[in-house]
Amino acid sequence: MTPNKSLPVVTDADAPPASPRDGVDPIGDGPLDPARRAFLRTAAAGTAVAALASCSSGVDMEDFLRKHFKELSPDELKKVLAKVEKRNQERFGKKTTVSAKGPQPGVEYGYGLDISRCVGCRRCVYACVKENNQSRTEPQIHWIQVLEMDKEHGVDLAHADLYYEADAVPRPGKFYFPVQCQQCRNPPCVKACPTQATWKEQDGIVVIDYDWCIGCRCCMSACPYGARHFNWATPNLPAEELNPDQHYLGNRPRPKGVVEKCTFCIQRVREGRYTACVEVCPVGARKFGNLLDPESEIRKVMETKRVFVFKEELATHPQFYYFYAT
Amino acid sequence: MGYVRPRMGALAVVAALAVVPGWARAAEAAPGATPKAPAAKATRPEAKPVLVQAEAPPFSEGIYPCSACHAGMPKNGTRRELVFHDEQQSIFDHGADQRWCLDCHDLQNRDVLRLANGAPVPFTESYRLCGQCHGDKYRDWRVGVHGKRVGHWNGEKTYFLCVNCHNPHSPRFKGVQEIVSGGKKTVAPTLTYLKPEPRPKRPEEQRR
Repeated sequence: MTPNKSLPVVTDADAPPASPRDGVDPIGDGPLDPARRAFLRTAAAGTAVAALASCSSGVDMEDFLRKHFKELSPDELKKVLAKVEKRNQERFGKKTTVSAKGPQPGVEYGYGLDISRCVGCRRCVYACVKENNQSRTEPQIHWIQVLEMDKEHGVDLAHADLYYEADAVPRPGKFYFPVQCQQCRNPPCVKACPTQATWKEQDGIVVIDYDWCIGCRCCMSACPYGARHFNWATPNLPAEELNPDQHYLGNRPRPKGVVEKCTFCIQRVREGRYTACVEVCPVGARKFGNLLDPESEIRKVMETKRVFVFKEELATHPQFYYFYAT
Repeated sequence: MGYVRPRMGALAVVAALAVVPGWARAAEAAPGATPKAPAAKATRPEAKPVLVQAEAPPFSEGIYPCSACHAGMPKNGTRRELVFHDEQQSIFDHGADQRWCLDCHDLQNRDVLRLANGAPVPFTESYRLCGQCHGDKYRDWRVGVHGKRVGHWNGEKTYFLCVNCHNPHSPRFKGVQEIVSGGKKTVAPTLTYLKPEPRPKRPEEQRR
């Protein structure tokens, strides 16, 4: 055996030891016989198929060989949606409707959050979990994270506490800073994704095709807001709590091992409704609307209030605006 | 949305008060004034969003109509400690040094409220009363920046009133609760601060 091999070699105790010529790398040594090359190619494909067949995560060949979501024809899309509904039925024993409704023309969503109003009650966190079919426990996944910060320090992540516990909020001397996907116009996660499983839609929502995601978590490391969440285990979602109104790119139940994120409740906003977090907020700190509509609430916020974006210096240009209404 | 009530009249009044430079002019502008905001909205090509007013929280049992008790009582406008209405007096914290009941409640007709210039305002339009002093909040509320709205971002939405979130006798915001009154769902202010939902699990507490 030659010492210090750079590549790991699978050794079989019964097989005779390999006898490479001294000082010559066996890889890339001369052209391969074309017949052998063809054989190896077939064998590799066969191994891949075999690996897929033995995979228990519910991926089948049809899914594996499917085109990218954006390239699907209407017929193919229909089949894909039917498949998701079938999978939901098998997994939860419940009928669901999965839509793939596209963006409305002339609409660009904007989100406003009034920091001077938010009391840190976390109602939004749990409304989001319920609406978007997130895993309840083990793994627990929250798309919204409410940070408690000191008024003394201002918006300062070094002094922020995500795990605050209190009998009553707001606590004196503190303010609350909820963070979720900022739907950047220049999204680092989209650039980082090696498989183009995540992209930005026309109306500004950054979405993930959960069937296309390979779970490499490059997007998570690229996201400066910590707004993407990886599910290490199969999401734990009781069937009776399943929200049956689903969108393919939004709140459909996710398989294990993909990255999840806030999509501005794509299944709701594309139907014209407010997001779940806006509806539940007891103080009305959350505002949502069409940035291109001068009469919308979000535009009124932007025109009359002190508005800022989180981590502006990174030039991600979020469509999520924090503001002070007083 | 079982708890919304179509009240276009109220919206028109809100819109009519598009500019309230001083509290004294508010009452003059209110009845029958040309609505400014809807006229501007009507020029937009798409259908304008419909606003519906949320159900106001109910009065305490047996309080309204006030005239049921007050009709037979002598009218006394002198500022004093009241022997009745203790539930309101005990929590009263709305500029208590400067004002008392009859600054907002009408002495002549107890079933309505009263603007600073003496004009009567029904309880269902109490935001006009609030807007006299809190003009900035009132302006924000009308366009949806202050306060809460639910429904559709591009269509019918329900807007909550001042009294859905703030107790007029102790207006500092604490929290709101969902209540059902008369078969309708609405929200009403609480007198205690909100308890936050449970904190997220720390990574080390989650099974890997």
